[in-house]
Amino acid sequence: MIRTCHLDDLPPGAVLRVPADVPIAVFNVDGEVYAIDDTCTHQDASLSDGWVEGRLVECPLHEAAFDLRTGAPTCLPARRPVRTHAVTVHPDGRVEVHVGVPAPGSGAGVAAGAAERGA
Amino acid sequence: MRSVAVVGASLAGLGAARALRAQGFDGALTLVGAEPHPPYDRPPLSKAVLLGTAGPADLDLCDPADADLAAEWRLGVPATGLDRHRRSVLLADGTEVRADGVVVATGALPRRLPGPPLAGVHVLRTREDAAALRGALTSGPRVVVVGGGFIGAEAASACAALGLDTTVVEAAPLPLAGVLGAEMAAHCADLHAAAGVRLLCGTGVARLLGTGRVRAVELADGRRLPADTVVAGIGAVPAADWLAGSGVAVADGVVCDGGGRTSVPGVVAVGDVARWRTPGGSVRAEHWTAAVEQPAVAVRNLLAGATVAEYRRPPYFWSDQYGVRVQFAGRRAPGDTVRVVEGDPAQRSFAAVYERAGAAAAVLAVDRARAFTRLRRTLTA
Repeated sequence: MIRTCHLDDLPPGAVLRVPADVPIAVFNVDGEVYAIDDTCTHQDASLSDGWVEGRLVECPLHEAAFDLRTGAPTCLPARRPVRTHAVTVHPDGRVEVHVGVPAPGSGAGVAAGAAERGA
Repeated sequence: MRSVAVVGASLAGLGAARALRAQGFDGALTLVGAEPHPPYDRPPLSKAVLLGTAGPADLDLCDPADADLAAEWRLGVPATGLDRHRRSVLLADGTEVRADGVVVATGALPRRLPGPPLAGVHVLRTREDAAALRGALTSGPRVVVVGGGFIGAEAASACAALGLDTTVVEAAPLPLAGVLGAEMAAHCADLHAAAGVRLLCGTGVARLLGTGRVRAVELADGRRLPADTVVAGIGAVPAADWLAGSGVAVADGVVCDGGGRTSVPGVVAVGDVARWRTPGGSVRAEHWTAAVEQPAVAVRNLLAGATVAEYRRPPYFWSDQYGVRVQFAGRRAPGDTVRVVEGDPAQRSFAAVYERAGAAAAVLAVDRARAFTRLRRTLTA
């Protein structure tokens, strides 16, 4: 499944919450676009409402932080990664989010995806 | 330090155990818990558990990595005393745990309504409490919640969502006015009515009526509210009685310095039971966040044998009620000016900042998480 948005709606520093079976948060950090599951793995909170610092997003509820590149939690209270999703940015500014396809190089994202599918 | 006993096996106790190992303590570690369960998370008890959308397994705080704690668990055995001369924690089953260091994390116990025990009257603190209340909510349609604080509001919210005829009784003129100030507390109070929950303020409970089983709640002004179920959300008292005679100073909580050290060397306290000194006075912060964040500081000081670190973060808590999320950080004081900086209270989505001497002292948000995360960063400790 592919969800699309446009860079016009996602300038650097912006976040979009993209509806899907499981909602996805799409971040533009200095021109790099990252997509992760929107819901914190700790408790029900929307990471698209979180605080982005560098390549980390901090959950607005309990300050768990996740690496946008890998989905890995970097501090408590989250202990499980969020899924990452591969992103393609086209020259015309179209952004494709490949839902369920882990972002390249996100080792933790692959593991998280497998765990989610197994659940 | 060769042995540590953590007394209390909930959020703060588990955090202390993890902090001990993370900070290099490799001696004998014992966790003592009054409840029979491994550590579990309490906030969902008044939310998802009451609604039936979360079960016991969803509450577990431990994960496989906690096997690395290599701790001895003494669950279901309350501590009954502390002998500081023998460096020993006495347990209800007559045994003792010898330890050079002690972390007090025994939490708090819910206040109960006065009078003889009656069926149908509930408190909300433990898994068993939540299960019992959830079961009771199917027994009759009329619920009276005593206390309009966060536990009361969350319980009432769940009752309303379950379609029950719900009344909240609050002794103060307005719930949460002490925490939020009257103006913002009024906005939160409006959430009850919007969900069809009656909020009766300014009158306390005189007594519960019924024989064997509660039938009604009689208010101080004489009104009688028929009730099938009563929920008491009237606060909690620190579970510190077991420290009587131990030399550990207790005054509405275990008296601690700014780093969690008590009046007895080698004994620190964390979480709901602990009263820590802060720049604004001593505070017993009965918040999930304090239970998460204090242990690393207290453990560092315990291992150092001196107060080398203090906990200075502004307090933070949240509440999920009536479909919105309330978040508050910082400390409000009388005289602070408060203004809504984003959103609209009438729309049940807004953020407000409390200012004192030109600086942000506290932040409140109702369903405005993104603004809250940003504004919270403007607070100074």
